[in-house]
Amino acid sequence: MAELDFKELQELAAEILGVEPEQVQMNVSFQRDLAADSLDLVELIAAVEDKYDVELPEEQLEQMKNVGDLWQFLEAREAERTRA
Amino acid sequence: MSQANGRRVAVTGLGFVTPIGNDVETVWSNLVEGVSGVGPITHFDASNYSTRIAAEVKGFEPERYMDRKTARHLGRYCQFALGASQQALAQAGLVPGDMDPDDVGVIVSSGIGGMEEIEKSHTALMERGVRRISPFTVPMMIADMAAGIVAMHTKAGGPNYAIVSACASSGHGIGEAAEIIKRGDARAMLAGGAEATITPLTMGAFCQIKAVSERNDEPERACRPFDTGRDGFVMGEGAVMFVLEDMEFARERGAQVLAELIGYGASADMHHFTAPHPEGAGAIRAMRKALRKAAVEPAQVDYVNAHGTSTKLGDIAETKAIKQVFGDHAYQLAVSSTKSVHAHLLGAAGAMEAAACVLAIERGLIPPTINLDDQDPECDLDYVPNRARQAKVDVAISNSFGFGGHNATLVLRRAELN
Repeated sequence: MAELDFKELQELAAEILGVEPEQVQMNVSFQRDLAADSLDLVELIAAVEDKYDVELPEEQLEQMKNVGDLWQFLEAREAERTRA
Repeated sequence: MSQANGRRVAVTGLGFVTPIGNDVETVWSNLVEGVSGVGPITHFDASNYSTRIAAEVKGFEPERYMDRKTARHLGRYCQFALGASQQALAQAGLVPGDMDPDDVGVIVSSGIGGMEEIEKSHTALMERGVRRISPFTVPMMIADMAAGIVAMHTKAGGPNYAIVSACASSGHGIGEAAEIIKRGDARAMLAGGAEATITPLTMGAFCQIKAVSERNDEPERACRPFDTGRDGFVMGEGAVMFVLEDMEFARERGAQVLAELIGYGASADMHHFTAPHPEGAGAIRAMRKALRKAAVEPAQVDYVNAHGTSTKLGDIAETKAIKQVFGDHAYQLAVSSTKSVHAHLLGAAGAMEAAACVLAIERGLIPPTINLDDQDPECDLDYVPNRARQAKVDVAISNSFGFGGHNATLVLRRAELN
């Protein structure tokens, strides 16, 4: 299975949210720690969907407590793809 | 205006993001040296366009004025407005955040708004579907956002909006801001205009109405108001912002007064959506109203910064209008179109040109109309051809006319003649 690189997600989120990549850690919240507002999240969703070829409904991202939840979601999708 | 009630309006700060420089000294030096800001379009591939030249802002670094995230989420015209506003506040030594929120208001005029961002989002919609439209499209495109952004970042909480009247937008914006101060709704106003429309759609649209110069081989010679060789205006972009203050307030706090804004007149042509009234009827009424409100006689005016876009119809109509308003004095006046140097900043043009008046008054030097090699016989005034002229300027007026037939005239006076 192709390994996802967390660094790439850090860079993507950092670019969109205007933060440093190192700030994007598994245990940080997009809203609380990275000051993402609803517009930022919509932009992040589009970027994540494009990069990882997934569908990420907005409600789902809103339920994710932190970056780690998004990472797990992406890993799960990647695993499904590898199995298929 | 100075007669209407006791309050008078001082100009205490100017800020510039323009094709001829992003600070006052660079702008002034290029204005008086006649160093054109026009060049080949680099913002997009214009190789199929009949016009492939424009006056782009160069060397503007948004990060000097805002953080990276803010810059990412602002339309280009809003970035310009914020940069110019911060410069103007710094010159005025005014910190709105230290004042009552109602003390300082903001009017940033734009003729069009975030055109580049509309076009990009439309492309995303067509090519990749509705879910790829940027969620920032609306805040980037709406023409009022610059005023909102400037307020957020400078903590100016007074009256706040945009005025839209095409190429007269910031003439109206500065005039109305002065009225706000005079009626006591704010002690100071940040006022001016911002525009960023060197984009595929806007350039193409102006090409289609044959309004823009096609002198692609000689960009710096393309904008030539009052010259027989002119063939249309040249698109520019940028933002110019003023700090205007209640004169008494400015004096109390020891601010340096650069000039006094003493008159403002506005009118409509009632004629055509793009062509000016052939006799300049609306322009005449705007100038007369402004002079009346300023309580100055036409013969007291030393310098007219013309709208002078380098279109045949416009240059001739304005010349006729100036002759109507000023009579014999029209031939004593200095009239110049600084658009020949900085090109047409559309919604920011009025502010750019009123700023040129402030600087001409302050520095005793009238910026020239460049590229004036063969003067149109129908334009027979003294347009200060090609070289700046030393002259004491006590009173100057700035004309701005917009598609739709909107006219605005501002009257500025030397500060020490109070």
